[in-house]
Amino acid sequence: MQFMLLFSRQGKLRLQKWYVPLSDKEKKKITRELVQTVLARKPKMCSFLEWRDLKVVYKRYASLYFCCAIEDQDNELITLEIIHRYVELLDKYFGSVCELDIIFNFEKAYFILDEFLLGGEAQETSKKTVLKAVEQADLLQEPRHEYFNVPVY
Amino acid sequence: MSDVVERTLTALPSLLSLDSQSGSTRLSSTSKLGSLIRGITELTSKHDEEKLIHRELASIKEQVSSPNTSMRQMKELMVRAIYCEMLGYEASFSYIHAIKLAQQGTALEKRVGYLAVSLFLNESHELLLLLVNTVLKDLQSTNLIEVCMALTVVSQMFPKDMIPAILPLVEEKLNHPKEIIRRKAVLALYKFYLIAPNQVQHIHNKFRKALCDKDPGVMTASLHIYLQMIQENPEGYKDLTGSFVTILKQVVGGKLPMDFNYHSVPAPWLQIQLLRILAFLGKNDQSTSEIMYEVLDESLRRAEMNHNITYAILYECVKCIYTIHPKSELLEKAAKCIGNFVLSPKINLKYLGLKALTYVVQQDPKLALQHQMTIIECLDHPDLIIKRETLELLFRITNAQNVTVIVEKMLEFLRVNKDDYTTIDLVGKVAELAEKYAPDNEWFIETMSTVFSVGGDMMQPDIPNSFLKLLSEGFDSVEEDRKLRLFAVDSYVSLLQGQPGKLPQRFLQVISWVLGEYSYLREELEAATVLRLLDKLLDMKSTSSETKSWILMAMTKLSEGGAGVSVAKEVSETYSSSLDTVLRQRAQELQHLSQDCELRARVLPRDAGLEPLEVDSSLSFLDGFVSEALAAGAAPYKPPHQRQEELAQAKALSLEPYGLSLPISMSSCSIADRQSPTLLSVSSGLSGDSTDLSHKGGSKTLKLDGVKRVWGREGYLAQREPLEESAHVEVPSPLQSPSQQGEADSSHSQTPTPIPTPQPEQEKQQLASSLFVGLGSQSSVCLMGKSEPTPQRFRRKAKGPVLSSGSSEQITNSLVSTPSTVNNLLCDNLLDSNITSELAVSPLEQTSQLSQGPTVANGACDVELTDSDMRESSPSLIRDNGVAGADQGPHEDPDGPKDLCLSTYLPAELSGLCHSEITPLCSNQSLDLSACHVQEEESLALVIFIYNSSDSDIQQILLELDSDELEVSCVCDSPVQEARSHSVAVCQYSLTVKRPSVHVEVVGTVTYQFPVGTPQSVQFSYKLPLTSFIRPLTVSTEEYGTMWLDFSHDTKQKLTLISDGQEPLADTLNVLKKKLKLHVVEIIGMEGIVACRLLKDQPCLMHCRLHAGTLSVWLRSPVPDLPDCLMYHCQRALQEH
Repeated sequence: MQFMLLFSRQGKLRLQKWYVPLSDKEKKKITRELVQTVLARKPKMCSFLEWRDLKVVYKRYASLYFCCAIEDQDNELITLEIIHRYVELLDKYFGSVCELDIIFNFEKAYFILDEFLLGGEAQETSKKTVLKAVEQADLLQEPRHEYFNVPVY
Repeated sequence: MSDVVERTLTALPSLLSLDSQSGSTRLSSTSKLGSLIRGITELTSKHDEEKLIHRELASIKEQVSSPNTSMRQMKELMVRAIYCEMLGYEASFSYIHAIKLAQQGTALEKRVGYLAVSLFLNESHELLLLLVNTVLKDLQSTNLIEVCMALTVVSQMFPKDMIPAILPLVEEKLNHPKEIIRRKAVLALYKFYLIAPNQVQHIHNKFRKALCDKDPGVMTASLHIYLQMIQENPEGYKDLTGSFVTILKQVVGGKLPMDFNYHSVPAPWLQIQLLRILAFLGKNDQSTSEIMYEVLDESLRRAEMNHNITYAILYECVKCIYTIHPKSELLEKAAKCIGNFVLSPKINLKYLGLKALTYVVQQDPKLALQHQMTIIECLDHPDLIIKRETLELLFRITNAQNVTVIVEKMLEFLRVNKDDYTTIDLVGKVAELAEKYAPDNEWFIETMSTVFSVGGDMMQPDIPNSFLKLLSEGFDSVEEDRKLRLFAVDSYVSLLQGQPGKLPQRFLQVISWVLGEYSYLREELEAATVLRLLDKLLDMKSTSSETKSWILMAMTKLSEGGAGVSVAKEVSETYSSSLDTVLRQRAQELQHLSQDCELRARVLPRDAGLEPLEVDSSLSFLDGFVSEALAAGAAPYKPPHQRQEELAQAKALSLEPYGLSLPISMSSCSIADRQSPTLLSVSSGLSGDSTDLSHKGGSKTLKLDGVKRVWGREGYLAQREPLEESAHVEVPSPLQSPSQQGEADSSHSQTPTPIPTPQPEQEKQQLASSLFVGLGSQSSVCLMGKSEPTPQRFRRKAKGPVLSSGSSEQITNSLVSTPSTVNNLLCDNLLDSNITSELAVSPLEQTSQLSQGPTVANGACDVELTDSDMRESSPSLIRDNGVAGADQGPHEDPDGPKDLCLSTYLPAELSGLCHSEITPLCSNQSLDLSACHVQEEESLALVIFIYNSSDSDIQQILLELDSDELEVSCVCDSPVQEARSHSVAVCQYSLTVKRPSVHVEVVGTVTYQFPVGTPQSVQFSYKLPLTSFIRPLTVSTEEYGTMWLDFSHDTKQKLTLISDGQEPLADTLNVLKKKLKLHVVEIIGMEGIVACRLLKDQPCLMHCRLHAGTLSVWLRSPVPDLPDCLMYHCQRALQEH
C-alpha cells in the first residue's frame, strides 16, 4: 500500500498515512486531486479507481471516506477488506465510532492503524490482538516522579 | 455545527482531570486541541481559518521552544502540530521537538513523539538521523511497549545508512519470546530489505527461521519478505514451494486458530500472500506448478461463500492459475470463476472480472468471446472506470478486422474523458493500433488526426515522430505512398483552411512538416497557397516558437517561384530579427535558399527521405581540423568515461550525473527525421556526435541484426510477413474461413447467430460481431505465453492490390539487406540460425532450401563449426560447451568412433590445449580426411588428419591449402609424404587472419599416389568462425582510453540485454566474456569497457552502455571489418544465451 487517506464528505482531511516517501508538495497535490475525484463519484459506482499510475480503492462509511492507494499487482478486494477491518477496529475501540471520535482522537486512530498496518502491509489482522496491543500501550501508567520532572534541554 | 460544540463541551470535564485518559474513553480530547477544532469549525471562510491556524502555530512555536515546557505539555503541543499539518499548514519547526519528545518523554509521551516523527518526516529527511540513538536505546529497553514503539517506527522509516547500527538488535528480536516483538522485527527487516537489500543479504537464514516460526502471525509477516525476494529471483526459492503449499493447505483446511479468521474465512491475507508467491514460483515452470495444482483446486473449492473476502481469494487464485504452467482442468474452473465475476451484478466484481479477462485474454481469447455481450454492455456503462477497463480489454483483442470499431470506441471515450493521465495512455494505444492494423489510408490519416487533436501536447512525443517517419519511409509501393501522402496533404490543407487556431502545437508541427515535404504531390495546389496558409499560422498568437521553426522549415522547402520568394522575403524579414536564435537561423535559411534554387535543390532535395544519408562515422573529414587544433595546443578528446574517471580521481565527490549526462542525452533524443528542425538544432548542438546519426542514417549498409526499430525498413518488412502467411495460418482455423474473413472485412454486419432477436439486442449483437471478429482465428496462433503486444508486431496495413502484383521479388531483395528479420521470424523453428542468417531468401523458399541443407552440406563436404563445438580437453579455457555437436546433427558421421583415437594423434605441443571437435572433411575408398583447430595463446593451429583406409601405403601426399581470408603456413619442417596402410598422418598449419570475415574458410586439395597407379586428388573445405581467433586483450582503463582514440573503424549497435539476473550489464558482459573470450576491462556504473584482439596484434575495443533496457555497443578497431564481424558474433552469443 502506498498511502491511506481519510476525509469527510466536505473534503476535509481527517487522517493521512504515507508509506512511500513523498514531498509535502506532492502529498498535498495528490490529496487534493484524489479527494476531488472520489467525491465526484456516484454512490453506485465501482470502488476502484485507476488514478495516474496507481490503483485507488475507496469506501464510504457514513460521512467518512476511506481511501487507499495500492500498487498494480495488489488485490483490490482485499484492500477493501483492509479498510473494513480498520473501521471495525475503530468501532470496537471507540464503541460505535463516528467521525467526531476520529477528529478529536486522531492520534488514537493513528495508533490503531500502526498496530494494524505496518509499512503499508497488513501486520496483524486479528481484531483482538490489535486492540490488545493498543490498549496495553494506552494503559501505561505514568511513573510518579514524572510530575516533578523538570524538562531537560 | 452545534453538534460539534455540544460534544466538545461534554468533553470538557475530562479535560480538567488532565488529559491522560486511559482506554477507549470517548472524546478524550485535550482542551487546546478541542478548542482549536471547535474554533475551526466555527469559522466561515478559508481566510479566517488561515489566520486562526497561523496564530495557533505561532503559539505552539513559542511554547515548544520555551525551556519551561514539560514533556507532558510537549506531547499535547505535538498533537496540535500534527493537526495543523494535516490541515495543510507547515509546522516544520516542531519536527525537532517531535524527535526530542520521542527521546526524552516517558512511554506515553514517547508514543506521541514517535507518531509525530513518523507523520512529519519521511525516510530521506535529515533530521531522522537524530532518531537513531533513541531507537537504539528503546530497542534495548526492558519495557516491551517501548521496544514495540521503536520497532514500529523503524518499520516505517529509517535512514538507509544507519541500518547497520541497529540491525544486530533487530535480528536479536527475532528470538524474542513475545510474538508481537518477533512480528514487528520481521517487518522491520522487510523494510530494510526494501530500502537496502544488500544490508540484509547475510541474514537470509534468519528469514527462513521466521518462516518456520510457531506463531502464524510471525510467519505471515515473513511472507512479505519472501514475496519480494521471490519476485526478484524465483529460481532461488523453488525449494520452498512445498512448504508454501503445505502452509496454504493447512490454512485452507482451517487448521489455524479462530483468531485468524476474518468473517469466518481462515486467514485471507495469508492465503492471498501465499497465492501470489506460488504464482511467481510456478511461472514458466511445469514441475513446480505441478506441486501446487491440488491446493489451488482446493482453494477454488473452499472459497464459495458469498462475501468479498472469498472473492478476493478467488481472484488471486485465478490469477495464479493463469500465471503458472497451465493445467486444463484448473483453467476451466478459473474461467468459470472469471465468468461469475464478469456476470456479477456487483460492480466491483464486474470490474475485477474485466480485469481478469484482460489478463488472460491473450492466452484464452475464446473466454472474451463467451462474454462478448457483457463486454458490450460494459462499454456503455455509466462508470468511466468500467468503460476504461473494457477498452483495455478490447485493446488486447484488436486485430485487423475489428480495429475500426475498437478505435472508434476508444476515440469516443477520449472525447468525454477529462483525466490527462488516461488521455495520454489511451492516445498512445490508439496510435499503436492505427499503425498496426489500419485498413486503409483515409482511415489511418483521419484517425491519426483525431489522435493529434485529442492528444494535443500531452501525448508522448514518439507518436508524431513515428507517424512522420512512417510517412517518409513509405511502404512497398510508390503509388500507395503517394496516395497516403496525398491524402495527408489534402486533409491537412482543409484543416488549415478551417480553424487552425484550435489545433495543438504538436499537430501543427506535423501538418507543416507534411505540407512542406509533400504538398508538391497535389499538382493543382499551388505552393503559394500553402505558403499563405502557413503564413497565417505564423501570425497566430498561440503558435509556439518551436512550431514556428517547423513552419519556417516547411516554408523553406516550398519557397519556389515568384509568389514563394515574395512571401519568403516578407517572413524572413520579420523573423531575422527575432530574439529566438533558432527562429533567426531558420529565417536566414529561408531567405538564402528561397533565392538560390540550385542550392536549395541540393540541401533539401525532394523526397529525400528515401535515400540514406551517407555519414562518415569515423569523422575522418575532421582529421585535418583536429590535428591543427592539437598542434595549436588543444587538449586531445577524451571519451566520457575517461573524463568521468579523471573527474572522480580529481575530486573526492562523485560527480556521476555530470559525467553521464552527455551520452544519455544524446542517445535519448529521438531522431524522427533528419529534416525536422528540432533534430537539426540537436545535431548542431552536439556536433561531436554525428556517429550516433550514422547509426541511423547509414543503417542500410550496416548490419542491423537485432536492432529494435519499430518503423525501420524491417518494420515495414516484417509487416509483410503475416500477409504472406495469412493464407496459411488462417485457412486451417475452423472459425474463420477465408470467405468469412472477406465478408467481415467488407462489412461488419455479420451476425453470429441466426436466431432472430429484438431490435436493441440485435444492435448489440451486431456490435459484438464487429468487435469480436477474428478472435477465433487468433486463438489458433496464440501460444500460452503472455505475449505483450509489442510495437514490433507485424503491422498489417491493407495493401491488397499492390501486394498481389508480384512483390515477392521485393521481399527477397529487402531481406538481403536484413538477415535479422528472417532470423527472428524463424527462430522458433529451431533452425540453425547460422545457416539461416546467411541465406537471404523469402521464408517460403527458405524452408525448402533448409530441408535440402544437410544433403548439400554433405555433398560438398563443407563443415561449419562454431566455437561451442570446442571440446573440453583443457578445462581452463572454455567452459561453455552446451551446444557442442548441435551443428553436427545433419552430417552423417561415419568417423564418429574414430574421433577419440584421432585426438591421440594431435601433436604433442597441442595436446594439452582445447581443440574443436574433429570433423570429417571428406573421404573416398582410400582416404579419410578429418580436421580440427586448436586455439593457442597467440595463434590458431589447424590440424588435418589423413587416415589411410586402404590396404596399401599411400605415397607422395601433397596438401595444399588456400584461403581468401586467412594466411596459412605449414608448421612441420618436413611435410607429410606418406601414410601407411590403416594409419594416420597428421599435418599441422598455423592460421592467421588476413581479412576479417564472420566465418573464414580454408579450401584445400590433397594429391596422393599409391605405389602403383596415377596421382589422385581430393578437395575439401574447412570453415571456422572468426571467434576462434579472438583472444582476450588485457589492458588498463588508461591504455584503453588512448587506444580508443587511435582506432578509426567502428560500428555501433543495440544488442539485447541478458536481464534475468540482478546486474544485467555484468551478466551480459560475462556471457560475452565466456563465449567470445573477451576481456572485461572495467564496469563503470551503466557502462562497461571490454577489449579483445585478433590473435597477436589486431586489437578491438568495445564500449557498452545500458540504455533503456538494451545494450548500446560500440566497437572500434584499427582493422577494417573487424568491428562488424565481432558485432555479429556478440549478437549471436547473446541470442543463443
